[in-house]
Amino acid sequence: MIPELGNIALILALCMAVIQSVLPITGTFTNNQALIRLARPAASLQLTFMVISFACLLYAFITHDFSVRYVAENSNTRLPFIYLVSGVWGAHEGSLLLWALVLSIWTMMVNLFSRGIPEDMVARVLAVMGLISIGFILFILLTSNPFARQFPVPIDGFDLNPLLQDPGLAIHPPMLYMGYVGFSVAFAFAIAAMLQGKLDAAWARWARPWTMASWIFLTLGIALGSWWAYYELGWGGWWFWDPVENASFMPWLVGTGLLHSLAVTDKRNTFKAWTVLLSVLAFSLSLLGTFLVRSGVLTSVHAFASDPARGVFILIFLVIVVGGSLSLFAWRASIFKNNVRFNLLSRETFMLLNAVLFVVMAGFILLGTLYPLLLDALNMGKVSVGPPYFNTIFIPLGIPIVLILGIGITARWKQDNGSRLIKALRMPMILSVVLGTVTAVVLVRGVFTAELASFKFIGAELALILAWWIVINSGKLITDRLKNRDNKMSGLQLIPRAVYGMTVAHIGVAVFVVGIILTSLFSIEKDVRLSNNSSVELAGYEFVFEGVRNVLGPNYQAAEGRVLVRKDDKDLVLLHPQKRYYPVKQNTMTEAAIDASLWRDLFVALGEPLGGSPDKSKLEPLDKSNTGAWSVRVYYKPFIRWIWLGALIMSIGGFISATDKRYRVRKLAKQLNMQDNEVATGA
Amino acid sequence: MHPLRKKRLIIISLMVAGIATATGLALYSFSQNLMFYYSPSEVVAGKAPTTHAFRVGGLVLAGSVKRDPDSVRVSFDVTDLKQNVTIHYDNILPDLFREGQGIIALGKLNARGEFIADDVLAKHDEKYMPPEVQASLDAAKEK
Repeated sequence: MIPELGNIALILALCMAVIQSVLPITGTFTNNQALIRLARPAASLQLTFMVISFACLLYAFITHDFSVRYVAENSNTRLPFIYLVSGVWGAHEGSLLLWALVLSIWTMMVNLFSRGIPEDMVARVLAVMGLISIGFILFILLTSNPFARQFPVPIDGFDLNPLLQDPGLAIHPPMLYMGYVGFSVAFAFAIAAMLQGKLDAAWARWARPWTMASWIFLTLGIALGSWWAYYELGWGGWWFWDPVENASFMPWLVGTGLLHSLAVTDKRNTFKAWTVLLSVLAFSLSLLGTFLVRSGVLTSVHAFASDPARGVFILIFLVIVVGGSLSLFAWRASIFKNNVRFNLLSRETFMLLNAVLFVVMAGFILLGTLYPLLLDALNMGKVSVGPPYFNTIFIPLGIPIVLILGIGITARWKQDNGSRLIKALRMPMILSVVLGTVTAVVLVRGVFTAELASFKFIGAELALILAWWIVINSGKLITDRLKNRDNKMSGLQLIPRAVYGMTVAHIGVAVFVVGIILTSLFSIEKDVRLSNNSSVELAGYEFVFEGVRNVLGPNYQAAEGRVLVRKDDKDLVLLHPQKRYYPVKQNTMTEAAIDASLWRDLFVALGEPLGGSPDKSKLEPLDKSNTGAWSVRVYYKPFIRWIWLGALIMSIGGFISATDKRYRVRKLAKQLNMQDNEVATGA
Repeated sequence: MHPLRKKRLIIISLMVAGIATATGLALYSFSQNLMFYYSPSEVVAGKAPTTHAFRVGGLVLAGSVKRDPDSVRVSFDVTDLKQNVTIHYDNILPDLFREGQGIIALGKLNARGEFIADDVLAKHDEKYMPPEVQASLDAAKEK
């Protein structure tokens, strides 16, 4: 009964989405206030029904209702409770239901936090989001319904993919979706502005906090995914340029460009066309990303031969979204007319370069991701594009981005002077080269004990110089603002929060750059064969293998190793890597043991028992005849935590920025009201 | 020329030049890193490249897994039920590696015609068959 209720709620949500979109949009064209006012309550009702629908699916999972096919495919009576919850979004159908739910949540938030924005604008924004909701809910109802029943009812479920039975990966899709879906708000604002025929700085100010919020979620979601891949997939890598990863990275890149473009439109009333196009592009890439990951295209393009409905629907939806917005853009091209001049040498130019670089990077990643799919779809062969391609484009584009970061925040708006700019950058240039080289020498000789004349040293030096470049220029920005003040403390308080947010986020970039370069250059990995009480030495640490014993988990059995890590003849930590076997899906999983710290990770993973059979479907009990030898992977990964720390700092910076007073629209509205009243009464 | 137009021309030329360079570099790197897939029959027939990396896949032939007693080196045969290729690998095999299972190996042919793998992939669940492998198995069956 409950699953049927969920299905009905979903249909009702669809009806609400139709009311939320079609009627208000008509109202804005015919200036019908009654229709315009329908948007907000329709959004509230849509959220209510989506929550009910989602709750019904959750209920089906918790009560082990295996008559629902999706529940049977993704859970099991022995599954721990937390994974019954996260299993709801563990596979295709439930994941799309989560997407639709998150969209209705964002819609509600726009509803609640938009009191200072003109009603017809809000109506247009909600209507566009409603149209997107219609698309998704229709897709779920027509091709991917999680409430589908099956008969006969199995006694027990299949089980959730063991890879997903992990807290990190449980929270990763919701985070990512909050980000993806959040870009629909920026998109809706852009479409609304084009429909209205007016695009000004006020519009940019409304759109900024929403874009920032989604960007923060997307940053955290991607960082979570990378961190999860590192400790769960077992092989110490943190980014594989996998199509699934690229699908989330591309909207992030364009979204970052969008954030900066929005800032320029807000402050300088220019870059309007760029901002709108980037909004459209960011959301389109979000849609593309969702569908790439969720439609089965990546396992095989030809899966559509058996189930063409999904692929065709997606394609049509994408064509409508992208084609429609670009047509609207062409139709309304006149509103982007730009009378604002800026010099070649100005902050605007550097911001433009920034946006171009991010888009170009996203474009190249798109090429590498889609090309194999395209070839396969045209039956022209099966190729894959390896990580070296992506690494090769990332570096030549990343370096200019970082350099421009430093120059851009130093340059003046509208018109800067070449000699003034160079003079302002001189100290940061010298200081960053000096500090970068010094820290590189200290690290490379002292910590990593590598040669100074090596490629690795040059790479490390470059990374550190770039990082110091960002930090010093950011710091200089703050100190310059305090230069002519006697009271430094009050000066600090007068600096807008958004400036602090920007500084923190940029420092996050510096931390991130240091993390990825140093860990890529100086990681050491060894795969060795170890038997009881033998040891291996790595980067000054000694790893002593003390044997393996069998343990039992709630839905798995495991061989647990004991590895003692020592340094300088002192015991440091005892690690317990596991090899788990999940009997229901007959899956083997590697649980790595990590000793984490800010400066380095020590990573140990069990490979396989050597001297036993290569059949991994059974874990053999360790009896005396077994030599007890295992292949073991040992990793030394310096500065790897800096990667995710950098992403976290970026997100914190974004949060600080988004909570700047200037975005408190309600306050602004009140002020405007008071001013209007004063004018009216002649006070 | 009108100063504004001159400025715009400079900006646009710079951007075009920059993008052209970037595109050139990227496409070059792209072409260098495209990895093609070959079935064991194609490798045995000499159709696979000898100078750069490629992927070969098939079912792991039962009984062909040989391990070196002193290290993690392993060798095994993959087959498309017509021809076999011996793959040498010096690392830990993935968890889902199993005899009779479909896998894909990335690597190069050495001077002696042996395939030295840099990476062995066995993804998804135990029922998953890489589409390329399935396709080549089907093709072999038809012949």
